[in-house]
Amino acid sequence: MLALEGVVSGYGPSPVLHGLSLTVAEGEIVTILGSNGAGKTTTLRTIQGLLRPRAGEIRLAGQPIQGLATDQVVRLGIAHCPEARLIFPRMTVRENLEMGAYVRTDREGIRQDLERVLETFPRLRERVGQRGGTLSGGEQQMLAIGRSLMARPKLLLLDEPSLGLAPMLVTQIFGIIREINRAGTSVLLVEQNARMALKVASRGYVLETGRIVLEGPAADLAQNEQVKKAYLGM
Amino acid sequence: MRLRSLGGSARLRRALGLALLLTAATFLLDTPASADQGPGAPVRLGAVEELLQYLLIGIARGAVFSLIALGYTMVYGIIELINFAHGDLYMLGAFMALSVVACCGGESLSGGAAAGAIALAFLVSTAFTAGVNFGVERLAYRPLRNAPPLAPLLTAIGMSFIFQNLGLFWGGLPIAGMGSQAAAPKSFPDLLPTVNLVQALGIPSGLSFTTKDLFVIATAAPLMVGLTLFVRFTRLGKAMRATAQNRMAAQVVGINADRVIAATFLIGGGLAGAGAVINGLYNNTIVFDMGYNAGLMAFTAAVLGGIGSIPGAMLGGFFIGIVSSFSDWQLATQWTPAVVFGLLILVLIFRPQGLLGRETGEKA
Ligand SMILES: Nc1ncnc2c1ncn2[C@@H]1O[C@H](COP(=O)(O)OP(=O)(O)O)[C@@H](O)[C@H]1O
Ligand SMILES: [Mg+2]
Repeated sequence: MLALEGVVSGYGPSPVLHGLSLTVAEGEIVTILGSNGAGKTTTLRTIQGLLRPRAGEIRLAGQPIQGLATDQVVRLGIAHCPEARLIFPRMTVRENLEMGAYVRTDREGIRQDLERVLETFPRLRERVGQRGGTLSGGEQQMLAIGRSLMARPKLLLLDEPSLGLAPMLVTQIFGIIREINRAGTSVLLVEQNARMALKVASRGYVLETGRIVLEGPAADLAQNEQVKKAYLGM
Repeated sequence: MRLRSLGGSARLRRALGLALLLTAATFLLDTPASADQGPGAPVRLGAVEELLQYLLIGIARGAVFSLIALGYTMVYGIIELINFAHGDLYMLGAFMALSVVACCGGESLSGGAAAGAIALAFLVSTAFTAGVNFGVERLAYRPLRNAPPLAPLLTAIGMSFIFQNLGLFWGGLPIAGMGSQAAAPKSFPDLLPTVNLVQALGIPSGLSFTTKDLFVIATAAPLMVGLTLFVRFTRLGKAMRATAQNRMAAQVVGINADRVIAATFLIGGGLAGAGAVINGLYNNTIVFDMGYNAGLMAFTAAVLGGIGSIPGAMLGGFFIGIVSSFSDWQLATQWTPAVVFGLLILVLIFRPQGLLGRETGEKA
Protein backbone atom coordinates (compact mmCIF):
# COMPACT_ATOMS: atom_id res chain seq x y z
CA MET A 1 0.00 0.00 0.00
CA LEU A 2 2.94 2.32 0.68
CA ALA A 3 5.91 2.62 -1.63
CA LEU A 4 8.93 4.90 -1.45
CA GLU A 5 11.12 5.18 -4.51
CA GLY A 6 14.44 6.96 -4.60
CA VAL A 7 13.45 9.40 -1.88
CA VAL A 8 15.95 12.16 -1.14
CA SER A 9 15.06 14.21 1.91
CA GLY A 10 16.55 16.10 4.83
CA TYR A 11 16.73 19.38 6.70
CA GLY A 12 19.62 21.54 5.54
CA PRO A 13 21.52 21.79 2.27
CA SER A 14 22.89 18.23 2.38
CA PRO A 15 20.23 15.52 2.44
CA VAL A 16 19.82 12.88 5.16
CA LEU A 17 18.13 10.26 2.98
CA HIS A 18 19.99 9.42 -0.20
CA GLY A 19 17.51 7.76 -2.54
CA LEU A 20 15.55 5.57 -0.19
CA SER A 21 13.21 2.87 -1.51
CA LEU A 22 10.94 0.66 0.56
CA THR A 23 7.44 -0.82 0.51
CA VAL A 24 4.81 -1.79 3.03
CA ALA A 25 2.15 -4.19 1.76
CA GLU A 26 -1.45 -4.20 2.95
CA GLY A 27 -1.74 -5.81 6.39
CA GLU A 28 2.01 -6.07 6.91
CA ILE A 29 4.27 -5.06 9.79
CA VAL A 30 7.53 -3.78 8.38
CA THR A 31 10.40 -2.63 10.54
CA ILE A 32 13.24 -0.21 9.89
CA LEU A 33 16.35 -0.87 11.94
CA GLY A 34 19.27 1.47 12.22
CA SER A 35 21.52 3.16 14.70
CA ASN A 36 21.09 6.70 16.00
CA GLY A 37 21.18 9.29 13.26
CA ALA A 38 20.70 6.78 10.43
CA GLY A 39 17.62 8.66 9.18
CA LYS A 40 14.75 6.55 10.54
CA THR A 41 12.81 9.47 12.02
CA THR A 42 13.52 11.51 8.90
CA THR A 43 11.99 8.72 6.81
CA LEU A 44 8.74 8.73 8.83
CA ARG A 45 8.55 12.53 8.79
CA THR A 46 9.01 12.55 5.04
CA ILE A 47 6.27 9.96 4.53
CA GLN A 48 3.84 12.06 6.58
CA GLY A 49 4.67 15.24 4.71
CA LEU A 50 6.34 16.97 7.66
CA LEU A 51 9.39 17.12 5.40
CA ARG A 52 9.15 17.51 1.66
CA PRO A 53 11.35 15.14 -0.34
CA ARG A 54 13.69 16.77 -2.82
CA ALA A 55 13.51 13.85 -5.21
CA GLY A 56 11.79 10.52 -5.54
CA GLU A 57 8.23 9.39 -5.16
CA ILE A 58 6.02 8.32 -2.27
CA ARG A 59 2.86 6.45 -3.26
CA LEU A 60 -0.08 5.42 -1.16
CA ALA A 61 -2.27 2.83 -2.87
CA GLY A 62 -0.67 3.84 -6.14
CA GLN A 63 -1.31 7.57 -5.78
CA PRO A 64 1.66 9.93 -5.34
CA ILE A 65 1.47 11.78 -2.00
CA GLN A 66 4.90 13.38 -1.75
CA GLY A 67 3.63 16.88 -2.45
CA LEU A 68 0.78 16.82 0.05
CA ALA A 69 0.62 18.73 3.33
CA THR A 70 0.62 16.65 6.50
CA ASP A 71 -3.05 17.21 7.28
CA GLN A 72 -3.95 15.83 3.86
CA VAL A 73 -1.71 12.81 4.36
CA VAL A 74 -3.39 12.17 7.72
CA ARG A 75 -6.77 12.37 6.00
CA LEU A 76 -5.63 9.68 3.58
CA GLY A 77 -5.14 7.34 6.54
CA ILE A 78 -1.52 7.63 7.63
CA ALA A 79 -1.13 8.19 11.37
CA HIS A 80 2.17 8.76 13.10
CA CYS A 81 3.22 8.12 16.66
CA PRO A 82 6.25 10.39 16.73
CA GLU A 83 9.55 10.02 18.46
CA ALA A 84 9.91 11.48 21.95
CA ARG A 85 6.25 11.38 22.95
CA LEU A 86 5.02 14.59 21.43
CA ILE A 87 1.83 14.90 23.43
CA PHE A 88 -0.12 18.02 24.39
CA PRO A 89 1.10 18.66 27.95
CA ARG A 90 -1.70 21.00 29.08
CA MET A 91 -4.57 19.03 27.65
CA THR A 92 -6.19 16.22 29.54
CA VAL A 93 -5.60 12.61 28.56
CA ARG A 94 -9.09 12.54 27.05
CA GLU A 95 -8.48 15.72 25.04
CA ASN A 96 -5.14 14.36 23.84
CA LEU A 97 -6.84 11.23 22.58
CA GLU A 98 -9.63 13.21 20.98
CA MET A 99 -7.06 15.32 19.12
CA GLY A 100 -5.88 12.08 17.54
CA ALA A 101 -9.24 11.94 15.78
CA TYR A 102 -8.95 15.56 14.63
CA VAL A 103 -9.52 14.82 10.94
CA ARG A 104 -12.49 12.53 11.59
CA THR A 105 -16.10 13.63 11.77
CA ASP A 106 -17.92 10.42 12.74
CA ARG A 107 -18.74 11.18 16.36
CA GLU A 108 -20.06 7.73 17.13
CA GLY A 109 -16.99 6.02 15.71
CA ILE A 110 -14.70 8.36 17.64
CA ARG A 111 -16.55 7.56 20.86
CA GLN A 112 -16.16 3.84 20.24
CA ASP A 113 -12.48 4.15 19.43
CA LEU A 114 -11.89 6.21 22.57
CA GLU A 115 -13.51 3.42 24.56
CA ARG A 116 -11.35 0.84 22.81
CA VAL A 117 -8.13 2.78 23.45
CA LEU A 118 -9.01 3.18 27.13
CA GLU A 119 -9.68 -0.54 27.27
CA THR A 120 -6.28 -1.27 25.76
CA PHE A 121 -4.55 1.11 28.17
CA PRO A 122 -6.24 0.90 31.58
CA ARG A 123 -3.57 3.24 32.96
CA LEU A 124 -4.89 5.96 30.67
CA ARG A 125 -8.46 5.35 31.79
CA GLU A 126 -7.43 5.93 35.40
CA ARG A 127 -5.88 9.24 34.37
CA VAL A 128 -8.38 10.35 31.76
CA GLY A 129 -8.98 13.76 33.36
CA GLN A 130 -5.33 14.39 34.17
CA ARG A 131 -3.12 16.70 32.10
CA GLY A 132 -0.84 14.91 29.66
CA GLY A 133 2.24 16.66 31.02
CA THR A 134 1.72 15.15 34.46
CA LEU A 135 1.97 11.55 33.21
CA SER A 136 5.08 9.42 33.60
CA GLY A 137 7.25 8.73 30.57
CA GLY A 138 5.73 5.31 29.96
CA GLU A 139 2.22 6.66 30.31
CA GLN A 140 3.00 9.45 27.85
CA GLN A 141 4.22 6.85 25.39
CA MET A 142 0.93 4.96 25.79
CA LEU A 143 -0.92 8.22 25.29
CA ALA A 144 1.00 8.93 22.10
CA ILE A 145 0.28 5.45 20.77
CA GLY A 146 -3.37 5.67 21.82
CA ARG A 147 -3.66 9.03 20.12
CA SER A 148 -2.32 7.67 16.85
CA LEU A 149 -4.88 4.87 17.00
CA MET A 150 -7.67 7.40 17.39
CA ALA A 151 -7.16 8.34 13.74
CA ARG A 152 -8.28 4.80 12.84
CA PRO A 153 -5.38 4.70 10.36
CA LYS A 154 -4.83 2.40 7.42
CA LEU A 155 -1.11 2.76 7.94
CA LEU A 156 0.52 3.47 11.29
CA LEU A 157 4.03 4.91 11.54
CA LEU A 158 5.58 4.10 14.91
CA ASP A 159 8.82 5.81 15.91
CA GLU A 160 10.65 3.88 18.63
CA PRO A 161 7.57 3.12 20.72
CA SER A 162 9.58 1.07 23.21
CA LEU A 163 12.27 3.67 23.88
CA GLY A 164 12.90 4.19 27.58
CA LEU A 165 10.18 1.80 28.73
CA ALA A 166 10.50 -0.88 31.40
CA PRO A 167 10.84 -4.44 29.96
CA MET A 168 7.31 -5.39 31.05
CA LEU A 169 5.88 -2.40 29.23
CA VAL A 170 7.94 -3.13 26.14
CA THR A 171 6.41 -6.60 25.91
CA GLN A 172 2.95 -5.09 26.37
CA ILE A 173 3.53 -2.45 23.70
CA PHE A 174 4.68 -5.04 21.17
CA GLY A 175 1.62 -7.13 22.01
CA ILE A 176 -0.54 -4.12 21.26
CA ILE A 177 1.25 -3.51 17.96
CA ARG A 178 0.40 -7.08 16.94
CA GLU A 179 -3.24 -6.55 17.94
CA ILE A 180 -3.50 -3.31 15.99
CA ASN A 181 -2.11 -5.11 12.97
CA ARG A 182 -4.49 -8.03 13.32
CA ALA A 183 -7.36 -5.56 13.35
CA GLY A 184 -6.29 -4.55 9.83
CA THR A 185 -3.79 -1.71 10.19
CA SER A 186 -0.50 -1.89 8.29
CA VAL A 187 2.44 -0.84 10.44
CA LEU A 188 5.81 0.70 9.66
CA LEU A 189 7.82 0.27 12.83
CA VAL A 190 11.08 2.09 13.55
CA GLU A 191 12.98 0.46 16.38
CA GLN A 192 16.32 0.20 18.10
CA ASN A 193 15.06 -2.85 19.96
CA ALA A 194 15.83 -5.07 16.96
CA ARG A 195 15.12 -8.32 18.78
CA MET A 196 11.50 -7.43 19.51
CA ALA A 197 10.97 -5.64 16.22
CA LEU A 198 12.12 -8.62 14.17
CA LYS A 199 9.78 -10.83 16.18
CA VAL A 200 6.61 -8.89 15.30
CA ALA A 201 7.56 -7.80 11.79
CA SER A 202 7.24 -9.85 8.65
CA ARG A 203 9.93 -7.93 6.79
CA GLY A 204 12.64 -5.48 7.69
CA TYR A 205 15.06 -2.92 6.31
CA VAL A 206 18.39 -1.89 7.75
CA LEU A 207 19.17 1.78 7.32
CA GLU A 208 22.69 3.21 7.53
CA THR A 209 23.42 6.91 6.96
CA GLY A 210 20.37 7.40 4.83
CA ARG A 211 20.73 4.29 2.68
CA ILE A 212 19.11 0.85 2.85
CA VAL A 213 21.99 -1.58 3.25
CA LEU A 214 20.01 -4.73 3.89
CA GLU A 215 16.45 -5.92 3.47
CA GLY A 216 14.48 -9.12 3.67
CA PRO A 217 12.09 -11.27 5.68
CA ALA A 218 12.39 -10.62 9.41
CA ALA A 219 13.40 -14.19 10.14
CA ASP A 220 16.30 -13.97 7.68
CA LEU A 221 17.48 -10.66 9.08
CA ALA A 222 17.45 -12.13 12.57
CA GLN A 223 19.89 -14.79 11.33
CA ASN A 224 22.07 -12.36 9.37
CA GLU A 225 25.61 -12.12 10.80
CA GLN A 226 25.84 -8.36 10.19
CA VAL A 227 22.52 -7.71 11.90
CA LYS A 228 23.40 -10.02 14.75
CA LYS A 229 26.60 -8.14 15.37
CA ALA A 230 25.37 -4.59 14.94
CA TYR A 231 21.80 -4.70 16.28
CA LEU A 232 21.31 -7.85 18.30
CA GLY A 233 24.54 -7.61 20.25
CA MET A 234 25.65 -11.13 19.40
CA MET B 1 30.28 26.93 46.07
CA ARG B 2 28.96 28.00 42.75
CA LEU B 3 25.37 27.22 43.61
CA ARG B 4 25.68 29.18 46.80
CA SER B 5 26.94 32.31 45.20
CA LEU B 6 24.18 32.07 42.63
CA GLY B 7 21.60 31.69 45.38
CA GLY B 8 23.15 34.68 47.12
CA SER B 9 22.87 36.91 44.08
CA ALA B 10 19.26 35.85 43.55
CA ARG B 11 18.55 36.78 47.15
CA LEU B 12 20.24 40.11 46.66
CA ARG B 13 18.14 40.81 43.61
CA ARG B 14 15.05 39.85 45.52
CA ALA B 15 15.97 42.13 48.42
CA LEU B 16 16.66 45.03 46.09
CA GLY B 17 13.37 44.51 44.36
CA LEU B 18 11.55 44.36 47.65
CA ALA B 19 13.17 47.59 48.80
CA LEU B 20 12.07 49.17 45.56
CA LEU B 21 8.55 47.91 46.05
CA LEU B 22 8.41 49.20 49.63
CA THR B 23 9.69 52.61 48.58
CA ALA B 24 7.05 52.73 45.92
CA ALA B 25 4.40 51.67 48.42
CA THR B 26 5.31 54.34 50.98
CA PHE B 27 5.40 56.87 48.17
CA LEU B 28 1.89 55.81 47.25
CA LEU B 29 0.64 56.06 50.82
CA ASP B 30 2.36 59.33 51.70
CA THR B 31 1.21 61.28 48.73
CA PRO B 32 -1.83 63.19 49.87
CA ALA B 33 -4.88 62.83 47.68
CA SER B 34 -4.27 65.84 45.52
CA ALA B 35 -6.63 68.60 44.60
CA ASP B 36 -6.72 66.94 41.23
CA GLN B 37 -10.12 65.27 41.37
CA GLY B 38 -10.70 62.18 39.28
CA PRO B 39 -12.64 62.42 36.06
CA GLY B 40 -15.68 60.55 37.28
CA ALA B 41 -15.84 62.14 40.72
CA PRO B 42 -17.66 65.42 40.67
CA VAL B 43 -18.95 65.10 44.23
CA ARG B 44 -16.71 64.94 47.31
CA LEU B 45 -16.37 61.33 48.27
CA GLY B 46 -15.50 59.53 51.49
CA ALA B 47 -12.22 57.61 51.51
CA VAL B 48 -13.83 54.23 50.86
CA GLU B 49 -16.09 55.63 48.20
CA GLU B 50 -13.15 57.27 46.52
CA LEU B 51 -11.30 53.98 46.50
CA LEU B 52 -14.35 52.29 44.99
CA GLN B 53 -14.62 55.03 42.43
CA TYR B 54 -11.09 54.52 41.18
CA LEU B 55 -11.61 50.80 41.28
CA LEU B 56 -14.57 51.21 38.92
CA ILE B 57 -12.56 53.45 36.62
CA GLY B 58 -9.77 50.88 36.69
CA ILE B 59 -12.13 48.07 35.78
CA ALA B 60 -13.58 49.92 32.81
CA ARG B 61 -10.10 50.80 31.61
CA GLY B 62 -8.89 47.29 32.31
CA ALA B 63 -11.56 45.78 30.07
CA VAL B 64 -9.97 47.49 27.07
CA PHE B 65 -6.44 46.51 28.19
CA SER B 66 -7.66 42.92 28.48
CA LEU B 67 -8.98 42.90 24.92
CA ILE B 68 -5.65 44.16 23.61
CA ALA B 69 -3.64 41.88 25.90
CA LEU B 70 -5.47 38.88 24.43
CA GLY B 71 -3.99 39.62 21.03
CA TYR B 72 -0.48 39.71 22.48
CA THR B 73 -0.91 36.56 24.47
CA MET B 74 -2.61 34.51 21.75
CA VAL B 75 0.04 35.32 19.17
CA TYR B 76 2.85 34.74 21.64
CA GLY B 77 1.25 31.49 22.74
CA ILE B 78 1.15 30.11 19.24
CA ILE B 79 4.33 31.36 17.55
CA GLU B 80 6.31 32.90 20.42
CA LEU B 81 6.35 36.29 18.77
CA ILE B 82 5.98 39.46 20.80
CA ASN B 83 3.88 41.34 18.31
CA PHE B 84 5.18 44.86 18.80
CA ALA B 85 2.75 46.19 16.22
CA HIS B 86 -0.31 45.10 18.17
CA GLY B 87 -0.81 48.38 20.05
CA ASP B 88 -0.62 50.25 16.76
CA LEU B 89 -3.10 47.88 15.18
CA TYR B 90 -5.44 48.90 17.99
CA MET B 91 -4.82 52.53 17.06
CA LEU B 92 -5.71 51.82 13.42
CA GLY B 93 -8.91 50.22 14.70
CA ALA B 94 -9.69 53.43 16.54
CA PHE B 95 -9.16 55.49 13.37
CA MET B 96 -11.42 53.18 11.44
CA ALA B 97 -14.08 53.42 14.15
CA LEU B 98 -13.88 57.22 14.12
CA SER B 99 -14.13 57.33 10.34
CA VAL B 100 -17.22 55.13 10.37
CA VAL B 101 -18.95 57.05 13.15
CA ALA B 102 -18.04 60.42 11.65
CA CYS B 103 -19.28 59.38 8.21
CA CYS B 104 -22.58 58.32 9.76
CA GLY B 105 -23.05 61.82 11.17
CA GLY B 106 -20.77 61.94 14.19
CA GLU B 107 -21.77 64.06 17.15
CA SER B 108 -25.19 64.80 15.67
CA LEU B 109 -26.32 61.19 15.91
CA SER B 110 -28.70 60.13 18.63
CA GLY B 111 -31.03 57.33 19.59
CA GLY B 112 -31.40 54.52 17.09
CA ALA B 113 -29.13 56.18 14.56
CA ALA B 114 -26.34 56.41 17.14
CA ALA B 115 -26.84 52.78 18.09
CA GLY B 116 -26.71 51.82 14.43
CA ALA B 117 -23.50 53.78 13.89
CA ILE B 118 -21.94 52.13 16.93
CA ALA B 119 -22.90 48.69 15.70
CA LEU B 120 -21.51 49.49 12.27
CA ALA B 121 -18.28 50.78 13.84
CA PHE B 122 -17.88 47.53 15.75
CA LEU B 123 -18.47 45.50 12.63
CA VAL B 124 -16.19 47.46 10.32
CA SER B 125 -13.42 48.13 12.84
CA THR B 126 -13.23 44.54 14.05
CA ALA B 127 -13.22 43.18 10.52
CA PHE B 128 -10.60 45.74 9.55
CA THR B 129 -8.09 45.01 12.32
CA ALA B 130 -8.72 41.28 11.98
CA GLY B 131 -8.04 41.53 8.25
CA VAL B 132 -4.93 43.67 8.64
CA ASN B 133 -3.49 41.32 11.27
CA PHE B 134 -4.30 38.33 9.06
CA GLY B 135 -2.68 39.98 6.06
CA VAL B 136 0.46 40.98 7.95
CA GLU B 137 0.90 37.43 9.22
CA ARG B 138 0.49 36.09 5.72
CA LEU B 139 2.85 38.55 4.05
CA ALA B 140 5.42 39.34 6.74
CA TYR B 141 5.56 36.71 9.48
CA ARG B 142 4.78 33.47 7.66
CA PRO B 143 7.76 33.70 5.29
CA LEU B 144 9.91 34.03 8.44
CA ARG B 145 8.38 31.01 10.17
CA ASN B 146 11.66 29.07 10.20
CA ALA B 147 13.96 32.07 10.49
CA PRO B 148 15.77 32.91 13.76
CA PRO B 149 13.30 34.50 16.23
CA LEU B 150 14.95 37.91 15.96
CA ALA B 151 13.78 38.26 12.33
CA PRO B 152 10.00 38.26 12.98
CA LEU B 153 10.55 40.39 16.09
CA LEU B 154 12.31 43.09 14.08
CA THR B 155 9.64 42.79 11.42
CA ALA B 156 6.99 43.40 14.08
CA ILE B 157 8.81 46.53 15.22
CA GLY B 158 8.93 47.67 11.61
CA MET B 159 5.21 47.00 11.27
CA SER B 160 4.64 49.16 14.32
CA PHE B 161 6.32 52.08 12.54
CA ILE B 162 4.37 51.45 9.37
CA PHE B 163 1.08 51.38 11.28
CA GLN B 164 1.90 54.60 13.15
CA ASN B 165 2.69 56.36 9.92
CA LEU B 166 -0.50 55.03 8.41
CA GLY B 167 -2.32 56.48 11.41
CA LEU B 168 -0.59 59.80 10.88
CA PHE B 169 -1.50 59.76 7.20
CA TRP B 170 -5.08 58.82 8.02
CA GLY B 171 -5.31 61.66 10.54
CA GLY B 172 -4.37 64.13 7.81
CA LEU B 173 -6.89 62.92 5.26
CA PRO B 174 -9.61 65.41 4.30
CA ILE B 175 -12.39 63.14 5.54
CA ALA B 176 -15.00 63.39 8.25
CA GLY B 177 -13.72 63.33 11.81
CA MET B 178 -10.03 64.01 11.09
CA GLY B 179 -9.54 67.78 11.09
CA SER B 180 -6.58 69.59 9.55
CA GLN B 181 -3.72 68.58 11.83
CA ALA B 182 -2.61 65.03 11.16
CA ALA B 183 -0.80 64.51 14.45
CA ALA B 184 -3.36 66.23 16.67
CA PRO B 185 -5.67 64.20 18.88
CA LYS B 186 -9.06 63.67 17.25
CA SER B 187 -12.23 63.93 19.23
CA PHE B 188 -14.33 60.81 19.07
CA PRO B 189 -18.10 61.54 19.06
CA ASP B 190 -19.64 61.09 22.49
CA LEU B 191 -22.54 58.90 21.43
CA LEU B 192 -23.18 57.02 24.65
CA PRO B 193 -25.69 58.33 27.16
CA THR B 194 -24.10 59.33 30.46
CA VAL B 195 -26.67 58.52 33.10
CA ASN B 196 -25.28 57.91 36.55
CA LEU B 197 -26.80 54.59 37.48
CA VAL B 198 -25.95 55.05 41.16
CA GLN B 199 -28.15 58.13 41.30
CA ALA B 200 -30.76 56.71 38.96
CA LEU B 201 -31.18 53.74 41.25
CA GLY B 202 -31.58 56.10 44.20
CA ILE B 203 -28.52 54.84 46.06
CA PRO B 204 -27.42 57.50 48.55
CA SER B 205 -23.81 57.81 47.46
CA GLY B 206 -21.64 60.21 45.52
CA LEU B 207 -20.21 57.34 43.48
CA SER B 208 -20.47 57.51 39.75
CA PHE B 209 -21.16 54.43 37.65
CA THR B 210 -22.64 55.57 34.40
CA THR B 211 -24.29 53.91 31.44
CA LYS B 212 -20.95 54.46 29.71
CA ASP B 213 -19.13 52.32 32.26
CA LEU B 214 -21.85 49.72 31.91
CA PHE B 215 -21.43 49.77 28.13
CA VAL B 216 -17.75 48.93 28.44
CA ILE B 217 -18.42 45.94 30.66
CA ALA B 218 -21.44 44.83 28.64
CA THR B 219 -19.46 44.75 25.38
CA ALA B 220 -16.10 43.48 26.63
CA ALA B 221 -17.36 40.73 28.91
CA PRO B 222 -19.26 38.74 26.25
CA LEU B 223 -16.22 38.91 23.97
CA MET B 224 -14.03 37.44 26.70
CA VAL B 225 -16.53 34.79 27.70
CA GLY B 226 -17.09 33.96 24.05
CA LEU B 227 -13.37 33.61 23.40
CA THR B 228 -12.94 31.39 26.44
CA LEU B 229 -15.73 29.07 25.34
CA PHE B 230 -14.48 29.11 21.77
CA VAL B 231 -10.94 28.08 22.71
CA ARG B 232 -12.19 25.48 25.15
CA PHE B 233 -14.87 23.73 23.16
CA THR B 234 -14.72 24.32 19.43
CA ARG B 235 -12.67 22.30 16.98
CA LEU B 236 -10.66 25.31 15.87
CA GLY B 237 -10.21 26.42 19.47
CA LYS B 238 -8.83 23.04 20.44
CA ALA B 239 -6.57 23.09 17.40
CA MET B 240 -5.27 26.48 18.58
CA ARG B 241 -4.47 25.13 22.01
CA ALA B 242 -2.85 22.04 20.54
CA THR B 243 -0.72 24.06 18.15
CA ALA B 244 0.36 26.38 20.96
CA GLN B 245 1.35 23.45 23.17
CA ASN B 246 3.29 21.51 20.56
CA ARG B 247 3.24 22.51 16.93
CA MET B 248 4.86 19.33 15.63
CA ALA B 249 2.41 17.14 17.56
CA ALA B 250 -0.45 19.23 16.20
CA GLN B 251 0.73 18.69 12.63
CA VAL B 252 1.16 14.99 13.26
CA VAL B 253 -2.52 14.59 14.17
CA GLY B 254 -3.54 16.44 11.03
CA ILE B 255 -3.93 20.04 12.16
CA ASN B 256 -2.98 22.55 9.49
CA ALA B 257 -0.76 24.74 11.66
CA ASP B 258 -0.56 27.57 9.12
CA ARG B 259 -4.32 27.87 9.05
CA VAL B 260 -4.54 27.81 12.85
CA ILE B 261 -1.88 30.50 13.17
CA ALA B 262 -3.74 32.63 10.63
CA ALA B 263 -6.96 32.21 12.61
CA THR B 264 -5.13 33.29 15.77
CA PHE B 265 -4.00 36.53 14.14
CA LEU B 266 -7.51 37.07 12.81
CA ILE B 267 -9.14 36.69 16.21
CA GLY B 268 -6.46 38.59 18.13
CA GLY B 269 -6.66 41.42 15.62
CA GLY B 270 -10.45 41.54 15.81
CA LEU B 271 -10.37 41.86 19.58
CA ALA B 272 -8.03 44.86 19.29
CA GLY B 273 -10.52 46.47 16.89
CA ALA B 274 -13.41 45.90 19.29
CA GLY B 275 -11.30 47.33 22.13
CA ALA B 276 -10.57 50.39 19.99
CA VAL B 277 -14.27 51.09 19.41
CA ILE B 278 -15.04 50.69 23.10
CA ASN B 279 -12.17 52.98 24.07
CA GLY B 280 -13.16 55.61 21.51
CA LEU B 281 -16.71 55.75 22.77
CA TYR B 282 -15.55 55.79 26.38
CA ASN B 283 -12.66 58.24 26.32
CA ASN B 284 -13.74 60.26 23.28
CA THR B 285 -10.29 61.06 22.04
CA ILE B 286 -7.85 59.20 19.83
CA VAL B 287 -4.42 60.01 18.46
CA PHE B 288 -2.00 58.32 16.08
CA ASP B 289 0.53 57.39 18.77
CA MET B 290 -2.01 56.06 21.29
CA GLY B 291 -0.91 52.54 20.45
CA TYR B 292 2.34 52.96 22.31
CA ASN B 293 0.81 53.55 25.70
CA ALA B 294 -2.01 51.09 25.19
CA GLY B 295 0.50 48.55 23.96
CA LEU B 296 2.68 49.00 27.02
CA MET B 297 -0.30 48.56 29.33
CA ALA B 298 -1.63 45.55 27.51
CA PHE B 299 1.74 43.88 27.05
CA THR B 300 2.42 44.29 30.77
CA ALA B 301 -1.02 42.83 31.43
CA ALA B 302 -0.23 39.83 29.25
CA VAL B 303 3.13 39.27 30.95
CA LEU B 304 1.62 39.76 34.38
CA GLY B 305 -1.10 37.23 33.67
CA GLY B 306 1.40 34.82 32.17
CA ILE B 307 2.16 35.34 28.51
CA GLY B 308 0.44 32.67 26.45
CA SER B 309 -2.39 32.33 28.96
CA ILE B 310 -5.80 33.59 27.82
CA PRO B 311 -7.41 33.87 31.28
CA GLY B 312 -4.10 35.39 32.40
CA ALA B 313 -4.37 38.18 29.84
CA MET B 314 -7.91 38.97 30.96
CA LEU B 315 -6.95 39.02 34.63
CA GLY B 316 -3.79 40.98 33.90
CA GLY B 317 -5.75 43.56 31.90
CA PHE B 318 -8.09 44.30 34.77
CA PHE B 319 -5.20 44.33 37.22
CA ILE B 320 -3.23 46.84 35.15
CA GLY B 321 -6.40 48.90 34.65
CA ILE B 322 -6.82 49.16 38.39
CA VAL B 323 -3.12 49.80 39.04
CA SER B 324 -3.06 52.59 36.47
CA SER B 325 -6.25 54.11 37.84
CA PHE B 326 -4.83 54.09 41.37
CA SER B 327 -1.61 55.55 40.09
CA ASP B 328 -3.51 58.36 38.35
CA TRP B 329 -5.28 59.01 41.62
CA GLN B 330 -2.47 58.78 44.15
CA LEU B 331 0.46 59.94 42.03
CA ALA B 332 -0.34 61.68 38.80
CA THR B 333 -1.23 60.54 35.32
CA GLN B 334 2.27 61.29 34.04
CA TRP B 335 3.66 58.77 36.54
CA THR B 336 1.39 55.96 35.42
CA PRO B 337 3.50 54.61 32.54
CA ALA B 338 6.52 54.54 34.87
CA VAL B 339 4.53 52.69 37.52
CA VAL B 340 3.33 50.14 34.97
CA PHE B 341 6.81 49.78 33.50
CA GLY B 342 8.17 49.27 37.01
CA LEU B 343 5.57 46.62 37.60
CA LEU B 344 6.55 44.91 34.36
CA ILE B 345 10.18 44.83 35.49
CA LEU B 346 9.23 43.47 38.90
CA VAL B 347 7.15 40.71 37.31
CA LEU B 348 9.97 39.80 34.96
CA ILE B 349 12.40 39.57 37.88
CA PHE B 350 10.26 37.79 40.45
CA ARG B 351 7.67 35.85 38.53
CA PRO B 352 8.55 35.70 34.82
CA GLN B 353 5.90 33.05 34.23
CA GLY B 354 3.25 35.51 35.44
CA LEU B 355 0.25 34.88 37.65
CA LEU B 356 -1.42 32.11 35.66
CA GLY B 357 1.48 31.24 33.37
CA ARG B 358 3.10 27.87 33.23
CA GLU B 359 6.57 27.27 34.57
CA THR B 360 9.04 27.88 31.79
CA GLY B 361 10.55 24.80 30.17
CA GLU B 362 7.35 22.76 30.29
CA LYS B 363 6.92 23.19 26.60
CA ALA B 364 7.89 19.63 25.71
N1 LIG C 1 15.41 18.96 12.90
C1 LIG C 1 16.59 18.63 12.34
N2 LIG C 1 17.33 19.59 11.74
C2 LIG C 1 18.53 19.29 11.17
N3 LIG C 1 19.05 18.07 11.15
C3 LIG C 1 18.37 17.06 11.73
C4 LIG C 1 17.10 17.31 12.36
N4 LIG C 1 16.66 16.13 12.86
C5 LIG C 1 17.59 15.22 12.55
N5 LIG C 1 18.63 15.76 11.87
C6 LIG C 1 19.82 15.04 11.36
O1 LIG C 1 19.39 14.08 10.43
C7 LIG C 1 20.11 12.87 10.59
C8 LIG C 1 19.13 11.72 10.77
O2 LIG C 1 18.38 11.92 11.93
P1 LIG C 1 17.14 11.03 12.33
O3 LIG C 1 16.29 10.80 11.15
O4 LIG C 1 16.50 11.66 13.50
O5 LIG C 1 17.86 9.68 12.76
P2 LIG C 1 17.28 8.45 13.57
O6 LIG C 1 15.83 8.66 13.80
O7 LIG C 1 17.59 7.28 12.70
O8 LIG C 1 18.06 8.39 14.84
C9 LIG C 1 21.02 13.08 11.77
O9 LIG C 1 22.32 13.34 11.27
C10 LIG C 1 20.48 14.27 12.48
O10 LIG C 1 21.50 15.00 13.06
MG1 LIG D 1 14.82 8.83 15.55
